[in-house]
Amino acid sequence: MSPLDRKLFRDLWRIKGQAMAIGAVIAVGVLLLVMMSGLITSLEETRRAYYERYRLADIFAPVKRAPQHLLAELAAIPGVSTVEGRITGHALIDLPGLEIPLRAQAISIPEFHTPRLNDFYLSAGRAPARERLDEVMLLKGFADAHGLQPGEPLDVTMNGARHTLRIVGLAQAPEFLYTTAPGELMSDDARYAVIWMSTQSLAAAYDLDGAFNEALLSIGRDGQTRRVIDAVDRLLDPYGGFGAYCLEDHTSNRFVTEEIAGLRATGAAVPPIFLAVAAFLLYIVVSRMVEAERGQIGLIKAFGYTNLETGIHYFKLILAIAAGGAIVGCLLGILAGRALVDVYLLYFKFPFLIFQLEPGSFITGFTVSVGAASAGGLLVLRRVFSLTPASAMQPPAPPHYKPLGKLARSIQSTLDQPSRMVVRRLTRQPGRMAGAVAGIAAGMGLSVAMVGIMSGFNQAIDLTFNVVDQSDVSVTFNEPLSTTNVTNLGNIAGVVDVQPIRYVSAVLQYGRARHLGAISGLPPDPRLYRAVDRSMNTIHLQPGGVILAEPLANILNVRAGDVLTIAVREGRRPTLEIPVAGIAQTLLGAPAYMDMESLNRALGEPNRMSGAYLRIDSAQQNTVYSTLKDMPTVAGVSLKQDAKGALQEQMDEGAGSMRYIMLAVAGIITFGIVYNAARIAYAERARDLASLRVIGFSRNEVAFVLLGELAVVTLIALPVGSVLGYHLSFAVAAGFSTDLYQIPAQVPAAGYGAAALAVLSAATLSGWLVKRDIDTGDITSALKARE
Amino acid sequence: MCQTGNNGPLKAFTTRALTKVYGEGAAQVHALRGVDVEIPAGELVVLLGPSGSGKSTLLNILGGLDRASDGDVMFQEQNLSTMTDAQLTRYRRDHVGFVFQFYNLMPSLTAYENIELVTEIAASPMNPADALELVGLGKRGDSFPSQLSGGEQQRVAIARAVAKQPNVLFCDEPTGALDSTTGRAVLQVLKNVNEALGATVLIVTHAAATAAMADRVIYFADGQIREVRVNSNKRDPQDIEW
Repeated sequence: MSPLDRKLFRDLWRIKGQAMAIGAVIAVGVLLLVMMSGLITSLEETRRAYYERYRLADIFAPVKRAPQHLLAELAAIPGVSTVEGRITGHALIDLPGLEIPLRAQAISIPEFHTPRLNDFYLSAGRAPARERLDEVMLLKGFADAHGLQPGEPLDVTMNGARHTLRIVGLAQAPEFLYTTAPGELMSDDARYAVIWMSTQSLAAAYDLDGAFNEALLSIGRDGQTRRVIDAVDRLLDPYGGFGAYCLEDHTSNRFVTEEIAGLRATGAAVPPIFLAVAAFLLYIVVSRMVEAERGQIGLIKAFGYTNLETGIHYFKLILAIAAGGAIVGCLLGILAGRALVDVYLLYFKFPFLIFQLEPGSFITGFTVSVGAASAGGLLVLRRVFSLTPASAMQPPAPPHYKPLGKLARSIQSTLDQPSRMVVRRLTRQPGRMAGAVAGIAAGMGLSVAMVGIMSGFNQAIDLTFNVVDQSDVSVTFNEPLSTTNVTNLGNIAGVVDVQPIRYVSAVLQYGRARHLGAISGLPPDPRLYRAVDRSMNTIHLQPGGVILAEPLANILNVRAGDVLTIAVREGRRPTLEIPVAGIAQTLLGAPAYMDMESLNRALGEPNRMSGAYLRIDSAQQNTVYSTLKDMPTVAGVSLKQDAKGALQEQMDEGAGSMRYIMLAVAGIITFGIVYNAARIAYAERARDLASLRVIGFSRNEVAFVLLGELAVVTLIALPVGSVLGYHLSFAVAAGFSTDLYQIPAQVPAAGYGAAALAVLSAATLSGWLVKRDIDTGDITSALKARE
Repeated sequence: MCQTGNNGPLKAFTTRALTKVYGEGAAQVHALRGVDVEIPAGELVVLLGPSGSGKSTLLNILGGLDRASDGDVMFQEQNLSTMTDAQLTRYRRDHVGFVFQFYNLMPSLTAYENIELVTEIAASPMNPADALELVGLGKRGDSFPSQLSGGEQQRVAIARAVAKQPNVLFCDEPTGALDSTTGRAVLQVLKNVNEALGATVLIVTHAAATAAMADRVIYFADGQIREVRVNSNKRDPQDIEW
């Protein structure tokens, strides 16, 4: 090994503390990148494999009642490779101890074979036997939420008739990764169930002997989804087809897709910001580190080493730190990604896992880190190389002082000598100070943006459940009822206020953009559930126009005044041409609102409501629940408190959970930046400070000279970082927003305070660590050390 | 007053109207103001003068560590003033050894490795162990600078400088940081190197007593040479009054 390489190793060992601090900043930046991309790739790959292994259909075609022989005709449609017919139906599950019944979907299992499409994964017990009509297999998530086991009885109401069934198995299925009751936005394992039963028993329950009410189709390699759907619709129309739809529009798949897309967006937007900040820090730190090596560089050159040889030597040093940090970041990223995938497996309810890494993330992480470090190092090296060895070995010449103005002179005359030193040092090297300020401000900005995101999530929940929805309970009916029932509901003891809602699922289309969603028909002066504008004022719906939530307007790319095509998928399935009357603010989902009566008129069903929002007296809530439970027209009751909890849970377990990890990473980066700034300042000044000690300054006075500088730099960085954080928060908020929920970029005043507190704590801790070194430092050795 | 003449011994250095100006405008410092000097090869030359007189600047320019603002410097037949950076690097690598006041050893390398740092790139270096032997530190090769006394560090620095067998050895205040006993020992080593290797040795110092051991003494003041004196009665470093 050459002596220069030995020097390299020993130098690295000497600066190990700082090298590790720099390496750590790079490592967390790279970690985040590798972790996120690995997580996303793994989830996508696992989902793909799960769909494939359990043969998830490409097209779902619900129908009122179609004869079995129609399946052969469906199979004959060009492009279709497999067809399966099944019976599904709404059911209510009554669990002992629960005030309100829980909604469920019943699904038939083929009698003589495993399902050709939409198979299930049996996680406990067994599937119902063909001849046992009372056996039922329950969705594992629901069973877990209520502690139900195979062998236990289950009270189920199907088509108005109550049955006592027996649970024989628990299952998971790719079509029920995400379960939501119709009309509800949030998934909640505890509040929606799926039960699988023999075809025979469901045919009896729903009066569908020899018939099916849902066809599942898979498409061959050359099949065209759109054409197949049209053909299916033509075939099923005479039998009451509700309109076939493809997997992309399937609720569970859509939610999972959006969740993964949300993770991908977060993964694409946020880690690069972190990495950029880390890279910037690295640039500053390395350039100052090389600057401090000026004397040694001059000496090496004096011996006759060329610029290239010297440059390579220092490049190796930079590379060792940057690449070391990047490698550690990659390894930790793999571990963290692997651990997170397990967490997300539970969240998405995948029964198995395929862990895959994204090689691109390693390359990006590595290149950015090493690139930034090299740029920082090489820029300084170039400056040092332009000096002659003689001047490189001299300490840098002190810069010129400008004569002070009157004001500055009078200010300075009030300062004691140590304070003057602090001030002069700051003003003497504005470039260097600007670098330190920028570094700390970047850390502060990152913290501000992350703290802002935290409150953004809370704001999303607040807007949804305290501003838009001011009810306590929402009721869904089996089928649309006359609005005269509003009075009936209002007469229930304990109900304070009632607001009807008409809710229909529909395809909204503008140009090529298309969205399978729903229209909510609201009364003209809604009190409990309303559309609000940006200023949180109620939007009063006018006949002849539709109000779109902002995310929906973005999906469809429409503005107020554009005319939308709305194909309603219920009732007589009218197609409406309606102008967009305005844009509403929402942070959850992508709703569309219409005046209830205009919607009903368009449907040809005047004075109908599909559900209602209630405000109740909390003292009488149990009476209200039991009255609702006994109403035969009520399909489901949901409590706002439950929905709010479900959303909170979703934000904490889904893509939103990343914010906690990122907040921690922002903290590490911020501390790394501040600590490095303090360390470098100390390294640069060790000799001066020792001189001060020699001439009789106390340790505290010396510490003041150094830490005063750090304090001023930190204080200047706080406002700069706040401005930076304000702008960063938009990028980060966009990264965290998904189609399911939007996170507003609003940093509350407390957010700036919290970030400032974090930076100040980091500065205090760093200052204390450096002060410890000053206290234990040997004066004479610092004086002997060059530079 | 300076010594000239073309018929003397082989010249190591010849300078003509050498000037060096640092800084600009009002902050300008004239470190050298037209220096003409000839330094014969193989001599031990001492440059004497007060602080700021320009002697270190001259040494740096002769050693290829710095460039003159104006004038010529000839090393043997080569003009250092017109050399590119790469050529100056080559010149330092092949011909020049340096000894600094504060030793300038690499703190992270042992004594032996500090010498290796130079022998590795030199054209015909001596064995690092021999170089250490030459300065009487044959047994301290594994010591790090922090484990050596000031005098020992300076001797390692000398060993490092001579290990490449340079044509010229430049010493900037080599005894400036040492006590008298150690200082004498270091000067003795320099004398030995001068005699044993035949290298030209230039010593910058403001310790007038050092002049007694020189073949030639150049007196500096205000960036100019005041006097060049050939010493016909050289004394041994051991006999120098400190």
